[in-house]
Amino acid sequence: MAQPHVSMSDKHRERAPMFEGTAARFVGQKVLRKEDPRLVTGHGQYVDDVVLPGMVHATFLRSNVAKGRITKLDTSAALGLDGVIAVYTHEDLHFPANAIVPTMMMAMGGPVCPENLLAKDDVRFVGDCIAVVVAESRYIAEDALELIDLEIVAETPVVDIEDALTDTHIVHKELGTNIIGTVDIPRDPHIEGLLTESAHVITATFNQARQTNAPMETKGIVASWDRFRGELVVHMSNQNPHEIRRRAADLLAIDESKVHVSQQDVGGGFGQKMFMPREEAVIVLLAREVGRPLKWIEDRRENLMASNHARRDRGTVTFALDADANIVAGYVDINEDAGAYPFGGAGTGAMAGMLLQGPYKLQRTAFKSYAVFTNTCGRAAYRGPWQFESVIREQMVEHVARRIGMDPVELRRRNVIQWEDLPWTTPLQAMVYDNMSPAETLDQAVEMIGYEAFRAEQKRAFEEEGRLLGIGFSLYIEPSAQNMGPLATEGATVQISGTGKVDVFMGTGSHGQSIETTMAQIVAEELGVHVDDVEVHQGDSNTPFGGGTGGSRTASIVSGAGRAAAIQVRQKVFQIAAHLLEANPDDLEIDSSVVSVKGTPAGKTVTLAQVAHTALYATEGLPPGMETGLEATARHRQEAVTWSNACHVCTVEVNANTGAVSFARYIVSEDCGLMINPMVVEGQVAGGVVQGIAGVLYEDFRYDADGNPLTTTFMDYLLPTAAEVPIIEHGHIETPSNTPGGYKGMGEGGAIGAPPCVFNAVADALWLRGIEVFDHPLGPNEILNALATAH
Amino acid sequence: MSEVTIRMNVNGTARRGRIEPRKTLADFLREDCVATSVHLACEHGVCGACTVIVDGVASRSCLMFAVQADGASITTAEGLANPDGSLGIVQDAFRQCHGLQCGFCTPGFVVSVTAFLQENPDPSLEEIREGISGNLCRCTGYQGIIKAVQHAAAAGRTAVTSTEGN
Repeated sequence: MAQPHVSMSDKHRERAPMFEGTAARFVGQKVLRKEDPRLVTGHGQYVDDVVLPGMVHATFLRSNVAKGRITKLDTSAALGLDGVIAVYTHEDLHFPANAIVPTMMMAMGGPVCPENLLAKDDVRFVGDCIAVVVAESRYIAEDALELIDLEIVAETPVVDIEDALTDTHIVHKELGTNIIGTVDIPRDPHIEGLLTESAHVITATFNQARQTNAPMETKGIVASWDRFRGELVVHMSNQNPHEIRRRAADLLAIDESKVHVSQQDVGGGFGQKMFMPREEAVIVLLAREVGRPLKWIEDRRENLMASNHARRDRGTVTFALDADANIVAGYVDINEDAGAYPFGGAGTGAMAGMLLQGPYKLQRTAFKSYAVFTNTCGRAAYRGPWQFESVIREQMVEHVARRIGMDPVELRRRNVIQWEDLPWTTPLQAMVYDNMSPAETLDQAVEMIGYEAFRAEQKRAFEEEGRLLGIGFSLYIEPSAQNMGPLATEGATVQISGTGKVDVFMGTGSHGQSIETTMAQIVAEELGVHVDDVEVHQGDSNTPFGGGTGGSRTASIVSGAGRAAAIQVRQKVFQIAAHLLEANPDDLEIDSSVVSVKGTPAGKTVTLAQVAHTALYATEGLPPGMETGLEATARHRQEAVTWSNACHVCTVEVNANTGAVSFARYIVSEDCGLMINPMVVEGQVAGGVVQGIAGVLYEDFRYDADGNPLTTTFMDYLLPTAAEVPIIEHGHIETPSNTPGGYKGMGEGGAIGAPPCVFNAVADALWLRGIEVFDHPLGPNEILNALATAH
Repeated sequence: MSEVTIRMNVNGTARRGRIEPRKTLADFLREDCVATSVHLACEHGVCGACTVIVDGVASRSCLMFAVQADGASITTAEGLANPDGSLGIVQDAFRQCHGLQCGFCTPGFVVSVTAFLQENPDPSLEEIREGISGNLCRCTGYQGIIKAVQHAAAAGRTAVTSTEGN
């Protein structure tokens, strides 16, 4: 099926003065991935493929109690097992304060929870690490775990986020409360008036289900301490080599220059591998103690129950509408589950509150957000960490539409920000919206799905056959490519070898984003060489400093650095070529690595290889006084976020007998600015959408009332398979951002838009029977229970 | 623990090892046979990342002990590339259709899809979705993978036709 593709119109172009068009030989094209040949043949190198001489293996003893006091911990039998090298507990770990606090959180102060890498006296969730066995093999290490004599006296845990608010039981006794990070933007009298006296004032509470990143490759690390050089080498499955280097140096209290972090291929992360987790921190500390390369590879049960969780939020939202259905005020109260040991991703409720307005002309908003500790797995970043803003807003929009008897598309159209309204300054935080197209994506999605025809078929199918068809939308804007702290900057080195081939060094930590391909496209475009002649080297701390691969930042920020470095190198290429050709540098152009004088197709040329040879091997041929070499390092600083936006729409059928939901269609109309590689864009969108769908329909990480995790295998925690997913259709609108190149970040968006979209579709189907639902998940049980209430 | 000697043919190369009886086939292939395409993503037989072909049958190598494959002929994703190192039909289809992102599940998929298309060279869309539902991918949402299976099936039929034409 041909997919609609709307390029920027003139009105968009006027608003993007920094965008300079290119020939687009590579940028904007479906360039096949450079990563693929090694990966499809099984020759990728993931952390568990790293085998070093003398390497030994670690496993963790973990708590099987949600909350309790350790009364006995005897490791002597384990130490006596052949092949066991050492067993470590809390007393063996020594490290400076704040050593594992993510750098980007430093500005906010110290740790939000105690820095217990191994449990000291008490355990705080099922999966909490208590001891580490180091042995000659993984098999022996796991045998030894069985020999550790551990006794824990269980205490009453805090499992539910509303129970946590009462502080009846405290997760971290030393803190005295479970409540952290309260942000309160109170209703001023004007908002208070709107929220009480408007034509329609509607309140609803929505719960989101607990979900975990579940990358196919679990976490893992190999750390080697070289006591003669005083150096640590870390191989690690992570998204952020420079962050890991900094944290490892801080843990060991050594200079950063004495730490080298390297990764080859990383099997997914989705935020889980952005910072230094507790287990990896332990391995870094113990590598120096052990004195041999130390490997730890997380197993799936550990990954599901103890790596990190996300998404467990409750929001109570009130919308006020005037008589014409203009949404005039909004307020939300958000309770966010931080788990026991959150890092680098908790405290997202405030962002969700600030972004409540979304793509609508909602002039007045206020919110209160807070997070609570619970005796569950800690929260961390997960693809679109504050997507709860879209969940509460878009589910609320459709709830409101049902309550006032208006079509949800009409309600959105009445309120959505139009192109003519931009730039738009939000009342909270004074964020400036620009270069976005929410109204256009809504129109495109409505057209692609054939909205009127679906409504007619829905009515017919219900009235004639009793079938429950539903349609749901979600419309959102996304502040991608953040401009704060270490996330605001990236560097790149572009270097041409003596044979005219191009090496690019970047500080990213690709884990599926196709960076070796897309960033090669950027550099090839600016240098005038073929994309096959560009190699991107990344995933290593021996690169220009970068903020890591996450937060939808590569397309905009990393490309900005790569582009700037490539332009500098191209300018030098022209200076040298001009000298060799006896021409003016301003008259030159380069295509396919051949430099020529513009407009003289039959004229003299010089190849990039000849220019590079001159710069490196025959330097006497350089212009007088010119520095040798052909390389440049440049940095990009992101001055403002980019505003991606999208409209999702899907159609579903709810089986009233089984509670199962099946998809008819799923459409995403996306505007991520100019697309570097449409194939990669659609791949990122689709992957995010399926994760978002799964969070509502399938996954649902559950605990029982005692804090025991119930979904610690892939037989219980249900990742979707190819049999469940819809075939996703894409519409594209390209509104360039005002950052170099006109790109916007988009890797998280699918996971932001999908949950409310699929929820709304199911809710729409259930509304045929007059039933309303408010909470995720919507598995078969929940749907059957909801249907039962109709009788 | 006492060790036993086993022999198997892995991607055309004879391998022999002395191993503990409890060693899994996946660990034996990874550690003793340099077949690191065999990825461990769940170790309980659900995700399919460790899928290899054992005597013609797609099998979860995390659920088998190596001793159970004594004497067997094993094919892993490494063994599905062409002898000159170029990509096999299924591997190339995954590349053409963007059927992978992080690549961790990919070798298992390539093996499963190869076995699936041998049984059903001309599958319908629904047969494909069902046929690959024993492998999990977290990155792609399966969109590119489904297309890759269709692409590989078409390419496989073309290859068969051209061979028959000779």
